[in-house]
Amino acid sequence: MHKNQHGIITAISVAGELGRRLREMGLVPGTRIKVCGRAPLRDPVAIRILDSTITLRNNEADHILVEIE
Amino acid sequence: MQLKMALAGNPNAGKTTLFNQLTGARQHVGNYPGITVDHKEGHLQYQGQTITITDLPGTYSMTAYSAEELVARDYLVYNRPQVVINIVDASNLERNLYLTCQLLELGAPLVVALNMIDVAEARGIEINAAVLAQHLQVPVVPIIARSGFGKDALLSAALQVASTNQQWNPLSISYGDDLDTTLSELIKIITAADLMTETYHARYTAIKYLENDDQIQAKGREISPQTAHLLEQLVEKTADHSRLTLDVYPEAIIADHRYGYIKSLLRQGVITRKFDADRLYTSDKIDKVLTNRLLGPVLMLAILFALYQFTFSWSEIPGTWLKNAFTWLSGLVETTLPNGTLKSLIISGIINGVGGVIGFVPLIMFMFFGIAILEDSGYLARVAFMMDRIFRIFGLHGSSVMPFIVSGGIAGGCAVPGVMATRTLRSPKERMATLLTVPFMNCGAKLPVLALLIGTFFGENKARYMFFFTMLAWIVAMLAAKLLRSTVLRGAPTPFVMELPPYRFPTIRGLCIHTWERTYQYVKKAGTVILGISILLWAMMTFPGLSEEVSTSFAMKRQEVMAAAAPDTRAELQIKKEPLSEQAQALNKAITLIGNEEAEMALRHSIAGKIGISLESVSRLAGFDWRTDIALIGGFAAKEVIVSTLGTAYSMGKVDSKDAQSLSDRLKEDSNWNKVTAVAALVFIMFYSPCFITLVCIAKEASWKWAAFSMAFNTILAYLMAVAVFQIGTFFSLG
Repeated sequence: MHKNQHGIITAISVAGELGRRLREMGLVPGTRIKVCGRAPLRDPVAIRILDSTITLRNNEADHILVEIE
Repeated sequence: MQLKMALAGNPNAGKTTLFNQLTGARQHVGNYPGITVDHKEGHLQYQGQTITITDLPGTYSMTAYSAEELVARDYLVYNRPQVVINIVDASNLERNLYLTCQLLELGAPLVVALNMIDVAEARGIEINAAVLAQHLQVPVVPIIARSGFGKDALLSAALQVASTNQQWNPLSISYGDDLDTTLSELIKIITAADLMTETYHARYTAIKYLENDDQIQAKGREISPQTAHLLEQLVEKTADHSRLTLDVYPEAIIADHRYGYIKSLLRQGVITRKFDADRLYTSDKIDKVLTNRLLGPVLMLAILFALYQFTFSWSEIPGTWLKNAFTWLSGLVETTLPNGTLKSLIISGIINGVGGVIGFVPLIMFMFFGIAILEDSGYLARVAFMMDRIFRIFGLHGSSVMPFIVSGGIAGGCAVPGVMATRTLRSPKERMATLLTVPFMNCGAKLPVLALLIGTFFGENKARYMFFFTMLAWIVAMLAAKLLRSTVLRGAPTPFVMELPPYRFPTIRGLCIHTWERTYQYVKKAGTVILGISILLWAMMTFPGLSEEVSTSFAMKRQEVMAAAAPDTRAELQIKKEPLSEQAQALNKAITLIGNEEAEMALRHSIAGKIGISLESVSRLAGFDWRTDIALIGGFAAKEVIVSTLGTAYSMGKVDSKDAQSLSDRLKEDSNWNKVTAVAALVFIMFYSPCFITLVCIAKEASWKWAAFSMAFNTILAYLMAVAVFQIGTFFSLG
């Protein structure tokens, strides 16, 4: 996804610790997210979810399946 | 009457601010036994009651997957506080309520403190506390922790809840038909077997089983293996089913439903938004600049450099003041006490050793203050965000940046709070790697040695070289981390899901408390280890002392010199007339030189000297002679004593760390020392074994095995590097 794009999460395709961490931050299906930007080296990525900004590595973000608006 | 209260909430929700507001200085940070999570407790008097407040670790949820969450959960069920204040960030309500949900499911007697309503208002978010309270069925009190607004209302509500002394009643959320059915079955089994029902509600235990909670499942197996087996079987069946039909585990379904519950709750008139949800808030605008592709790193370096400057220049004055105080004290002892062992002990052993450390306290304090500002404002999270990609190459996390900076990554610091700061790293492997490599940073104790050697041999470009050695420390630390992560600490990287909190203005109180906590750790070191070591070293360098005949021969030499001088000159020295004439000065110098020679010989014959000489065969390869060896041995205990020991070893009498001018000259003249040896020595000192207190810290945070490993690994690495530098440098005649 690109900067300033919006999307709705359709699924989180990972279980285990990463899945848990993503979910507790609010990344559950049906929630709207927006890509805020990326770090100077393009990784990690900062996304806006439920009124807060969180950062994840690209390979972690890959597990978030999104339907782009 | 005594009341137990607990504070729970997300990180960055203002929990610590509220805790500081309520308890002020009446707090104590300790340790949960066996676990490296801080135990923060404080006291408060309100309406005639004594309230003990425990600040639980900040968590986003209450699973069993991190030490903090377990600590929070266990505290709640085993200590049963009469009321739990759940701090919730009003500008971020939805996610914050996830934890609230879990607290309610646990059944804890709750009061929700709706914090940061000013921030929410600025963002056009209006929260109807009354409606929220109605839905959650617990009191909801709007507060602004920073200013203390709502504090009274909060405490009253809390006391009210505590006084009703209710049973712990869990909230029931529906998790969808499939899971709900399974839950009822699980609950039936649990109730029948009475499994852990004194601690947890049957429903809670059932949910935990469905979530695959390790801690609860392990406990279940311990108490009643048959029941546990039954439960686990049932859970597995459900898990398989949900995987097949919905392609998710029950855990995920449960999380989804919790958020679903929260969303539906909020939709019912709790939140009203004035502005478009996409609007850029001030924090976002600032971040556009601070984490910008180009400007971000540049500004970061600028800020770090500014911190470096600020620390050094502002701490100059108090530092000098302290140094002068110690010199005065030393002078006082010099003139009042009779010559002898006790006087030597007090001056060389105690005042010198401890004075050096205390002289650095202003510098360390200013550094910690600067770090506290970066931390509390939220900027440090951005640094972690920008640095993560680089740190990842070495097997570390962006969040490791903080412990490195605290340990002396910029200029001066202390590995003790640095090691403790690794507690915030959730991932064990990255944490160990960080823990073992932070001692490579240039802490406040290593700075005087750096200053001495660089100033002596590279005087023309002092600043540049200081910077170079700081960079070197980082490079070695990163490479060592990589090495560790590919060998002894091998393992997959752990998730880097981190929140970027909005920028906030730090509170002065918060800054002072943070700064003080860390500075205190450094100061405590002075009063304990360094004092002891200075005395021990002094003893090792004084005894067994020169034999009778040798001392007599020196005394005779002095007499000869005195006799050879004119009577008036001698008289001048005796009455200590000032200023002295030229001849008197010359005489004085001659006497002093003999005294120095005697001191050096005494040192050679002392225990320390003998040890140093015995190590010479090995240390020669790196260019160190016995005198340097003694200083380095002292450094094993505390690096602060290296300069003073070196001074004594080079028979300067007493050398004070901050003004090592004459030692500098002495080294420049010594044939053993040149640029190559200096660099070799610097390299060795920067990287060898952490000082004693740091080792103890490492042992506490990890284990004695790791502390021993740290000592050995670092020293061997440092030795190899020093030898390489010396041999190559000498080969190419770079000296």
